[in-house]
Amino acid sequence: MKNILFALGLATAMALPAYAQAREVTFTTQLSNYGGDGAYLALYLTDADGQYQGTLWIAGQKSKYYKHLRGWARGSGMNKAEYDGLTGASVTSGRTQNVTLELDDALIDAGYQVRVDTAVEDMRDNRSDVVAPLTTEGSGKSVAGRGYVQSFVYNLK
Amino acid sequence: MLRKLHGWPGLVAALLLLVLATTGVVLSVVPAIERAGATIPPTGEISVADLSERVVAHYPGTEQIQRSLSGEVVVYYSRDGQPGADLVNPLTGESLAPYQPSAFLRWVKNLHRSFLLDDAGRMLAGGLAVMMLLLCLSGMFLLARRMGGWKAILKPIAGSGSPRIHAELARFAVIGLLLSALTGSYMSAVRFGLLPEAAAAEPSFPAEVSGGTPAPVSSLIALKNVDANELRELVFPYPNDPSDVYSLSTTQGSGFVDQATGELLQYQPRSAGNQLQHWMIRLHTGEGLWWLGLILGVAALTVPALSFTGLQVWWQRRSSSVGLGEGAGIEVADAVILVGSEGNTTWGFARDLQKKLNQAGKKVHCAPMNDLAKRYPQASVLFVLTSTYGDGDAPSSASQFMTRLEHFQANDGLEFVVLGFGDQQFPKFCQYALDVDAALSSKGLQQMELVTRIDRGSAIQFREWGEAIGERMGISLALTHNPAPAATAEFELVERVDYGVAVNAPTSILRFRPLQDRRNLWQVLSFRSRSNMPSFEAGDLFGVAPPGDNTARLYSLASSASDGQLEICVRKQTNGLCSGYLHNLKPGDRITGFIQQNPGFRPAGGATPIILVGAGAGIGPLAGFIRKNTDLSPMYLYWGGRNPQSDFLYQPELGGYLDDHRLTGLNTAFSRSAEKAYVQDAILADETALRQLIEKGAQVLVCGGRDMASGVGQVFDSILKPLHMDVDELRAEGRYLEDVY
Repeated sequence: MKNILFALGLATAMALPAYAQAREVTFTTQLSNYGGDGAYLALYLTDADGQYQGTLWIAGQKSKYYKHLRGWARGSGMNKAEYDGLTGASVTSGRTQNVTLELDDALIDAGYQVRVDTAVEDMRDNRSDVVAPLTTEGSGKSVAGRGYVQSFVYNLK
Repeated sequence: MLRKLHGWPGLVAALLLLVLATTGVVLSVVPAIERAGATIPPTGEISVADLSERVVAHYPGTEQIQRSLSGEVVVYYSRDGQPGADLVNPLTGESLAPYQPSAFLRWVKNLHRSFLLDDAGRMLAGGLAVMMLLLCLSGMFLLARRMGGWKAILKPIAGSGSPRIHAELARFAVIGLLLSALTGSYMSAVRFGLLPEAAAAEPSFPAEVSGGTPAPVSSLIALKNVDANELRELVFPYPNDPSDVYSLSTTQGSGFVDQATGELLQYQPRSAGNQLQHWMIRLHTGEGLWWLGLILGVAALTVPALSFTGLQVWWQRRSSSVGLGEGAGIEVADAVILVGSEGNTTWGFARDLQKKLNQAGKKVHCAPMNDLAKRYPQASVLFVLTSTYGDGDAPSSASQFMTRLEHFQANDGLEFVVLGFGDQQFPKFCQYALDVDAALSSKGLQQMELVTRIDRGSAIQFREWGEAIGERMGISLALTHNPAPAATAEFELVERVDYGVAVNAPTSILRFRPLQDRRNLWQVLSFRSRSNMPSFEAGDLFGVAPPGDNTARLYSLASSASDGQLEICVRKQTNGLCSGYLHNLKPGDRITGFIQQNPGFRPAGGATPIILVGAGAGIGPLAGFIRKNTDLSPMYLYWGGRNPQSDFLYQPELGGYLDDHRLTGLNTAFSRSAEKAYVQDAILADETALRQLIEKGAQVLVCGGRDMASGVGQVFDSILKPLHMDVDELRAEGRYLEDVY
């Protein structure tokens, strides 16, 4: 479990109203048994058109491999400021990763999407392995991934 | 010091290095296998645009095209929402097979780089690479020292057993191992930030793209300009995203391509640092360099054998160094033994001498030569027992001796004796012992006895030396040390052929068969000693001790294990204890003996012409070589006997060998016949032919008595003179071998 006070960074970046309330969200990403080394994951927010808005979490420590998280890399420009303090270990085949973050209330039900890009050494890169709209209704509903992600679910508190 | 630097890392790392080497061997063949399965279009034939067009025709949902350095082209695509990956033919874009990286190879790779332990394991693997580097370097210096300098490093290696196998293998593999270790250390150092990581040539994403209607991939100019063989990776834009671009990475650099205009954006060539890093990885993995991969693999294959022989050498050295301690103190000792030893073998002899001198009532001080004291006030005799290292150098326990000797003060009447240990196959046999002998003489000490040189740890020579010394000192000195008590076996005499009785040189060819002893359960289970026949080749030695005597005599073998019998040729010596014993054997009699390998006395084989020289019973191993010469290498035999009617050893066999061309030429000389000639005369008579043979690279093998051998050496020196060569030079090249007694 990772608890990061996320609201401030994202709120500043997106110039959200000052009265915003923080809300705890847990993102659960279960990987399939793709049979490879540990996977690098990028969880990030886009708008409805798929335009990058902010980074939620990067799994994987070696920044030189981040370019393989292609959609995220494109959007974030891989600026260190975008992911500073939001990284953790890569995720082994078949394992589940939980990340809990405080998200600004204003981001929910506002047309934003959570996207997951995945990459594994010597295997394909998956841009938008998962695309899930960030809504109250979508909370707790499992979404299937198209790459290494078996299923993805977020729970609003 | 150098030896410790070599031994300890080796000992610690042996087991782990085995894992690295074995996995390395498996991985080393991957580039060659990939290359064998890949289609590589001629350079200039198709561009990345052509390749992409052909691939897209078969895979409308292409997301990414990758080309490995081996030439394999993989397309990642999605079809009906399902991701897939196929190996494709770059010429047609057609599928060859689904692409599924091998789980086994992935496991081997992880075992190789991290012992399956992630970062901790990677650190260990990196440390091992550095250790391997140390082992290679210290090993090279040790070998150079052993061979007598860097110039001599490629010459044949003398000696036998595990030290020799270790040296031969290491010399063969060191370049490959060095490369693997160096590149491996580099990669690890970069990984853990000890060396700066070259800035990856990552171009930043273009801030703006044209955003126009995407053009067909085949029409994009930036892709037309790149040859398909230079492609590393092409990532297609996300479908229906007009703001996205192609990401292109080639062997030269990387950049982006506008999907509407085909323009190359933000292109960055690879930096020099990046190129270096890239090449270090390629030199380690052999990626795209399949031949290098195989070379590295073969080198890594020697590591298990190197570890094993290295451990053996270390163990032998260690187990021979235990002993009695230094005995009496410097102040009171009346006899001093100084030992110069590299492999500790000499200590065994020194301990025996120390023990027997003690028994004779002497107070003995025994120490390494490097511990030479300023003076030994009570001593009347100084023994120096020393081996020689490499090309006449001091062994490690004597490296400081000559310097210390300058400050040495000999008390009046101090006598000294030097005993050298060495191997006659080396060009400078016991050279260091001779140097020490001369240095002690010039220091004003009295020489008690001429310097004696012991060949290959001969227990007989050591005992004889002890008798002579004992006589001088007026004590009984029964030295019995035998450095390698070999495993003995029983043999039964099956046949003997007698020659030479009429000319007063009774010589017999004795043929033995090994006796089958009953094998125990363990031997049965482990399939050991099925025939109970130890392995040997003609030229190896057979050791026999006569009854009631512990010291074995060595006879050169005239047969190989594959002949199924053990054959020796023995001249009966006047009053010879052992030769007399052997000559009295009747078929059916049994004896006990052992085999001692003698790899330094073997013909080179192949097309090399071989000149065999022998006299009397020395023909034994030479006849064995000829019998084994089924490849029909050119072989010439020069042999001297007494009388053709009486002691023409192997006469019928030699006739047969000439007929079937195992023997090319036979020249004999008989001293008690009308011609009154010796083998030297037969050689001189053939002077011109022999000179030509040697010029062509011929090898000379001499077997027989010491006097004959030195006479033959002089004759060859005179034959070689017009070529500006001499026997010593041939000897150093391993082309003049002697087995003398």
